[in-house]
Amino acid sequence: MATKDMMRPFQLFQPESLDGALALADKHGGDGWIMSGGNDSLSWFKDRVKSPVAVIDLGGVTDLVGIRETANGIEIGAQTTLTEIAESDVIQSKFSVLSDAARHVATPQIRNVSSIGGNLCQDTRCWYYRDGLDCYRAGGTKCYADTPEGMNREHCLFNADRCVAVTPSDTAPAIVALDGQMTIAGPNGTRTVPAEEFFIGPAIDIERMTVLEPGEILTTITIPNTFSGATFYFEKVADRNSWDFALVNVAAAIIEDGSTISDARVVCGGVECVPKRLTVVEEVVKGSSRDEETAALAGQSAVRGATPLNYNHFKIPLMENLVKRAIRDA
Amino acid sequence: MSVVTFDPEKDPANPPVGGGLSRRELIKSVIATGAVVSAGSLLGGCGSGPGETQTAVGGVERLISLNINGKVRRVDVVPHETLAMTLRYKLGLTGTKLGCDRGECGACTILIDDTPIYSCSTLTHSVRGRAVTTVEGLQAADGSLHPVQQAFVDELGPQCGFCTPGQIMTSVALLRANPNPTREDARQALAGNLCRCGAYDHYLNGVMRAAQEA
Repeated sequence: MATKDMMRPFQLFQPESLDGALALADKHGGDGWIMSGGNDSLSWFKDRVKSPVAVIDLGGVTDLVGIRETANGIEIGAQTTLTEIAESDVIQSKFSVLSDAARHVATPQIRNVSSIGGNLCQDTRCWYYRDGLDCYRAGGTKCYADTPEGMNREHCLFNADRCVAVTPSDTAPAIVALDGQMTIAGPNGTRTVPAEEFFIGPAIDIERMTVLEPGEILTTITIPNTFSGATFYFEKVADRNSWDFALVNVAAAIIEDGSTISDARVVCGGVECVPKRLTVVEEVVKGSSRDEETAALAGQSAVRGATPLNYNHFKIPLMENLVKRAIRDA
Repeated sequence: MSVVTFDPEKDPANPPVGGGLSRRELIKSVIATGAVVSAGSLLGGCGSGPGETQTAVGGVERLISLNINGKVRRVDVVPHETLAMTLRYKLGLTGTKLGCDRGECGACTILIDDTPIYSCSTLTHSVRGRAVTTVEGLQAADGSLHPVQQAFVDELGPQCGFCTPGQIMTSVALLRANPNPTREDARQALAGNLCRCGAYDHYLNGVMRAAQEA
């Protein structure tokens, strides 16, 4: 195979304000590429699978950096690094599931430059898609992963629709579990969507992982106080403890009233194209005490309806056990 | 926002730079001080071909100043150039290694304002105005090794040595942030540096020795 280590030339723009970035994104349209920390972007460019004409680097947009405590919760600028989130006192004390999730991403060097916005908006890791094949997600008419010979041990268990790719993010399940609200700026102003609706599967749009339209930028993630100080659980299982993306991860937020669970949100990554909120599990555990029996029931109900591919059957007991542990050990 | 200040239409090959020094002459002098020959062929897509000047129009200015190891270095950087490429092939700082060029090995780790990052996955233009430290910038003025370098020698840290500059930079950053780490702290800090020889324990011994002796 020819070496693909050299990026094709592009114009680089480094706006210092959100308005400047939006104007550039609007001007360049489909030829533009919005880049945050650059880890996902540069590997696309080096592989020459994506070759934008203009790259808009958000690294200088300092008004999108920082964690602010408000009366209703916290606001996280999308350009805040994963290291800052992992080490933030306010996030550790109120929403530790998010700092835990951020600490499990990749490696220290990657967390030092990668932003929460980039981690949430990153593209899927399906290697057929990443290699530039003409699959459904790339605008083609086939899936290379969901075939008798396809290497699909990292692919999905739920809601496949032609494409069987999964969400690679560790922070996305935590943000969905915390009922995060995503603020998006675009040429026509700003809009806010719940995290649960921010991520979209192939049935809605097979070529995108989020509702972001071309020219739009995720600016702020707002975490309401709903689960502030709740009992949290995050666990990630990957082939390697460094660098690797999750085979399955779980984020849970549980509120207990005395000895019974009064409210819970449980979300798994790596099993569907979007972070999978397990509403059935939540209904099962509400009103029950947090014990072995409830946890076992939660695990069993989590994997109901899973449709494995040739090589990813192992994800079913893995997911079941992770959800069980989330309820039992949180 | 940065904008181009020279017009490639007027003199694409040799636009003037302040002080009467032509751009080409200035770049040559920059390369000479770095004691490295022009490595355009090594850079392939990063070379300054005629199409390349066009890519800069409306975007970042190519001739920039970088703060490397406490010195200001002027260098011609194309928009899609990574910091590892600039350091190795424009500035002659080959202590920084390129292993995977994908942010998956850690050999290219350098410090930006005391924070370790992968220079292969960082565009050079994004570190303007930041303090860049490479392994060449660690030794003292009298040439003595940094305590981490000395400890790695004493503990036989490197086997083949290719990952060593990256391991050193990450360890230096750790000890600047946390002078008394536990072995577990050091393991976590070095989790982004692969060693194919498997000398991880030797490196950890080195970090713990450097922490004791510093």
